[in-house]
Amino acid sequence: MNLTLKIWRQSDADKKGKIVDYKINDVSPDMSFLDMLDMLNEQLNNKGEEPVAFDHDCREGICGSCSLQINGEPHGPDRLITTCQLHMRTFKDGDTIFIEPFRANAFPVIKDLVVDRSSFDRIQHAGGFISVNTSGNTIDANAIPVNKHDADTAFDAATCIGCGACVAACKNASAMLFVSAKVSQFALLPQGRVEATDRVMNMVRQMDEEGFGNCTNTGACEIECPKGISLENIARMNREYLSASMKG
Amino acid sequence: MATLDSKIPEGSVSEKWTHHKNKINLVNPANKRNIDVIVVGTGLAGGSAAATLAELGYNVKAFCFQDSPRRAHSIAAQGGINAAKNYQGDGDSTYRLFYDTVKGGDYRSREANVYRLAEVSANIIDQCVAQGVPFAREYGGLLDNRSFGGVLVSRTFYAKGQTGQQLLLGAYSAMNRQIGRGKIKMYNRHEMLDLVIVDGKARGIIARNLITGAIERHSAHAVVLGTGGYGNVFFLSTNAMGSNVTAAWKIHKKGAYFANPCYTQIHPTCIPVSGDHQSKLTLMSESLRNDGRIWVPAKLEDAKAIREGKLKPTDLKEEDRDYYLERRYPSFGNLVPRDVASRAAKERCDAGFGVNKTGEAVYLDFAAAIERYGKEQARVKHLDENDAKLVKKLGTEVVANKYGNLFQMYEKIVDQNPYETPMMIYPAVHYTMGGIWVDYNLMTTIEGCYAIGEANFSDHGANRLGASALMQGLADGYFVLPYTIGDYLSKDIRTGKISTDLPEFEAAEKNVRSQIEHLMNSKGSKTVDYFHKRLGKIMWDKVGMARNEKGLNEAITEIAALRDEFYKDVRVPGTENGLNQELEKALRVADFLELGELFAKDALHRNESCGGHFREEYQTEDGEALRDDENFAYVAAWEYKGKPSEAILHKEELQFDNVKLVTRSYK
Amino acid sequence: MSGTLKSSIAKKVAMALSGLFLVIFLAQHFFINFTSVFSADTFNELSHFMGTNPVVQYVAQPILIFGVLFHFIMGFVLEIQNRNARKIAYAKYNGGANSTWMSRNMIYSGGFILIFLVIHFIDFWVPEISIKFIEGDMSGLDAAGNYRYYDHVVHAFEPLWRTALYVVGFVFLALHLLHGFQSSFQSVGFNNKYSKALKGFTTAYAIIIPLGFIFIALYHHLN
Repeated sequence: MNLTLKIWRQSDADKKGKIVDYKINDVSPDMSFLDMLDMLNEQLNNKGEEPVAFDHDCREGICGSCSLQINGEPHGPDRLITTCQLHMRTFKDGDTIFIEPFRANAFPVIKDLVVDRSSFDRIQHAGGFISVNTSGNTIDANAIPVNKHDADTAFDAATCIGCGACVAACKNASAMLFVSAKVSQFALLPQGRVEATDRVMNMVRQMDEEGFGNCTNTGACEIECPKGISLENIARMNREYLSASMKG
Repeated sequence: MATLDSKIPEGSVSEKWTHHKNKINLVNPANKRNIDVIVVGTGLAGGSAAATLAELGYNVKAFCFQDSPRRAHSIAAQGGINAAKNYQGDGDSTYRLFYDTVKGGDYRSREANVYRLAEVSANIIDQCVAQGVPFAREYGGLLDNRSFGGVLVSRTFYAKGQTGQQLLLGAYSAMNRQIGRGKIKMYNRHEMLDLVIVDGKARGIIARNLITGAIERHSAHAVVLGTGGYGNVFFLSTNAMGSNVTAAWKIHKKGAYFANPCYTQIHPTCIPVSGDHQSKLTLMSESLRNDGRIWVPAKLEDAKAIREGKLKPTDLKEEDRDYYLERRYPSFGNLVPRDVASRAAKERCDAGFGVNKTGEAVYLDFAAAIERYGKEQARVKHLDENDAKLVKKLGTEVVANKYGNLFQMYEKIVDQNPYETPMMIYPAVHYTMGGIWVDYNLMTTIEGCYAIGEANFSDHGANRLGASALMQGLADGYFVLPYTIGDYLSKDIRTGKISTDLPEFEAAEKNVRSQIEHLMNSKGSKTVDYFHKRLGKIMWDKVGMARNEKGLNEAITEIAALRDEFYKDVRVPGTENGLNQELEKALRVADFLELGELFAKDALHRNESCGGHFREEYQTEDGEALRDDENFAYVAAWEYKGKPSEAILHKEELQFDNVKLVTRSYK
Repeated sequence: MSGTLKSSIAKKVAMALSGLFLVIFLAQHFFINFTSVFSADTFNELSHFMGTNPVVQYVAQPILIFGVLFHFIMGFVLEIQNRNARKIAYAKYNGGANSTWMSRNMIYSGGFILIFLVIHFIDFWVPEISIKFIEGDMSGLDAAGNYRYYDHVVHAFEPLWRTALYVVGFVFLALHLLHGFQSSFQSVGFNNKYSKALKGFTTAYAIIIPLGFIFIALYHHLN
């Protein structure tokens, strides 16, 4: 199939960017979206133009490197997948596709479609851990039974890949789904309860400092999340935060 | 020929590690604050090592080429992690895990290392649970296990099909704690491009800041590489696009021996190649073989009809199907080790029984499992187990619960519903057992330079068992390296800060700059991918699942020629001052083009078949691998001498005191 | 207070609580208004009670006014902050694919409600307050000696333009409530197996109450 691509080009963080149109022909429906971009880059490269920079790595939907706002939605129109798992059969011959970087002040553009998501890392530095030494001298793994339901819910929260789709989708560029996923994972496990109070206070403080917007419960994040992280996590974080605030 | 000192401690295999830990030198906590350690790579091995070293008190500088340490490719491991916990009471023990791993590695690994791995495996699980890794649990609240290929016990801990992700996020969280405390300085989007050796000791690295293009000097008292494997030398593999051999190759060129490069694991359950546009293959967890049955049509005409789309797999009657693994290996069936399963698939496809358009795919069928589970559920729920529709519904639910995310992934890629029609799978390059040679302390042949995880060669011999990579990465990073490196660093407490103004840094930086300049100025006519794809094709065709002398000789010549062509005709657009993904690729492919040749050379010299290395000349009458313990029970460690073709072979003879060498049989 | 309200979560909880308070007030307002449809006397008595009871006037009313002001001001503050979180807009943004129009346009529905409220205050609240607390006439009686509240309402809805304006105001109120009411529970951390049922209730509330207000306005206009 033949497509028109409208791609954000920006040579580096300080320069102004703009949308540039590209035509691409003979795209196979079996290609992944990134295969298609590879093909475009090969063509640009052969014409002596600079290829489009975009983040990607594992190409199987787990590393969270790939991003891209495709036709106004993070990771494109399909659900529960990342851009690398989006296949061209989702589109039709003759379609025009907008391809933009994930936008948020907390995700500044580095080049073209590549953004800096280190704000996510800094939130994790503030409290995304259980303070246990990695010496191996802990209690036996089976010493504390964990209710299966809690363990499964914690796992569901823990599947977050940190791609930033929640921020990109949110009209407020809020990071609450991301932060709440980590807060929830640890809040649900007995091992993590111990420092739950400090964790939620610290992570939320860092989230606010990074300049993400606030949550207005539109639910866009949950719909666009490639791992289907539930809004329940945000509610849980709100509860955790409220009770932590009261403990002071 | 120089002999390699593997520094294996004295004593019986079960006591070596304990004795060694008791005897080695420690560094006083106050002195640790004055010692810097560089860790390159932040996967399971690098990430866990960085966290633990920081926790012990060293100043750690950690590097990764990704935008966050959380994205290292360990994250993609699906199935699970082995540990000799014997929670299931099915007879597992440290010894049995040790034995299975040595046997699974086709008797080409170092006993002492493997025993240590089995010994610390149980600690890993304790550690990870304490860190909040949400492993799968049973209703009683205790940890669940499953079985994996090549073994007869259930010792694999898992978190659905995302075990690697959960373990990596555990290590990442441990790192975060130390980054927050300032004990780890994290360098994201940095690629190591050379090692700096001062007075024979590794004292730093040259790294390129991938955003600004700046070439940076970083010094330390020791350098640790946890940079993963080199499967991308095949272009198409299940590795991440960015996975590369560069860091490992650079230290190899500076004096670290490269061991057993030809031992590559071709994983049997990957999604088949769909076309030329593909740049990456997707793995389906080996755990699928617990419930899926692998087959091809028994008749050639049926296979042909299926390929032409005239026949559907579900139309084929039981007797017209060839469950070739169950037929050939009745005792292990579909759960034979990876190398065996992969070769068997290739054998069937080569014989014309392949089932997709290209004839390079076999079926992995869940219909029987769905029926079995469905009946079980019907009985549990007191429903009619003869109601086929109900049984299918219940069975599908069970299968979806176990493998839902994998099935979804398959459907997205292939556009077929695997609950209704059998999955198609084919082997793909997955893991490299070979790597940088290390001694018992995980130190390379360069003093103060360590290699851990997949980047080293030590534990998996010629073939790795499923769920053992995660175990090895974390064992090295959490429990082995942090001890052994102390022994070396204890001699460095008076050294003080290493200056980056030393002439050795100057020279290494110059070397890196000139390579970059050369690539930027080459202004040829072909893209980097063009060369990478050609290299991949040579590797897959001639150094792939089955190798022979003629093909390997051709590969060596062709790769050397391709390398020359690459330097003459490659085109790297853009500039070196800033983000330039083509330049990143070019630097990596340049190293793959050297490694590929050594790889073929190693495969050529090893006149036997073992594990992932299968030489067509060395097989039994019924097509099984024929090992030659008399002549090849050694580690081939290659020393760089200016060109891959001139590499010098050093042998580390393997001693087997605890495991008897027998022909590996899964029949 | 200002210290704890610095954090994003505290702000949104405050938004939710003030909103919930207004939702409760709205129900009370509706029930009193609704009496005007079937009994002018009941309406007059209730109105007089509300207008003269010291607890209502000196405790409840200031709280209400504070609640309204707080909800609006905080709403605007959050909107500005949230807009600033993405300074460069998308060339193409397909919000409709993942969220409701109501949830994305609370500032517009809220803004219109604010305009409506100002008019509503000028229509009803300002005259009452000026008679009672500026002129000092607490009787609630008109020149003829009858309660004036009911007649005031009936007169107010005589002109078509005002009735139409109120109808539009209530439509926006419905849109605002459709998202806001259920959303406030999420904000205070209530999201569990009862949430589905709760959503049914909040949706019904968000439609029925404004429809009721519309009915009252149209009823008086047509009569």
